[in-house]
Amino acid sequence: MVVPIAYYLVLSAILFSIGVAAFLMKRNIITIFMSIELMLNAVNLTFVAFAHRWHQVSGQIFVFFVMVVAAAEAAVGLAIIIALFRTRSTLNVDQVDLMKL
Amino acid sequence: MYLVLFLIFGGLCVAGALNLLLQRHPINSALSLIVVMTSLAVLYLLLGAEFLAAAQVIVYSGAIMVLFTFVIMLLNAGEEERTHGSKAAYIVGFPGAAALLGILAYIFLKQRDHLGSAKLGGYLVTTHDLSAVLFRDLLLPFEVTSVLILVAILGAVALARKER
Repeated sequence: MVVPIAYYLVLSAILFSIGVAAFLMKRNIITIFMSIELMLNAVNLTFVAFAHRWHQVSGQIFVFFVMVVAAAEAAVGLAIIIALFRTRSTLNVDQVDLMKL
Repeated sequence: MYLVLFLIFGGLCVAGALNLLLQRHPINSALSLIVVMTSLAVLYLLLGAEFLAAAQVIVYSGAIMVLFTFVIMLLNAGEEERTHGSKAAYIVGFPGAAALLGILAYIFLKQRDHLGSAKLGGYLVTTHDLSAVLFRDLLLPFEVTSVLILVAILGAVALARKER
């Protein structure tokens, strides 16, 4: 039994759209950060599916590098969140509006 | 069998992602994101990416999500409160995401025959194949990422340190 690659791509589109919706609708800064990770994972699935389709290793190399950058990004981002919580004592993005017009 | 595995773990992925969206408490969202990432590891195995499946479990559901749960517990994050800003986000967020999904799904399903199909064991990238490319052709980018990780460690320590 076979599964069309298109199903994998549609699954990754679903995950990406849910990530976009969560990014826009969530108010907690940690959850917003988690939805970014969800979008990165959805794109990784696309890379792996296309690597399978075209029999190329480079698609998987891309995923490897995305994982490395995501790990670095998570460490720095969470440190920024901790620093933000120290100064503002809130995790709500609506109350972090110093640079808003 | 292959289709059943795809449906089970694809369904788990979507369910976990929807749970992330619907839960109001950050720790519940974090735990459902772990479900998504672990199911994605199984999907990578189905697509013949054995090294990435292991790396997904170790790096994403292991390291990154543990870091997330640590921070949630450290900051004692409670339930998020609804504010007036969230109302506008709801109005734009739902149709925008639905339109994005509609366009992408339409294009992918239209090109379905050109994209081919996957079957179990059809194309397997072993760790040997991956490392041959990574350490022979792409050695410089690989070494540069180690510098990036070092910078990230220093940045995280500098940002999260208590100011005196």
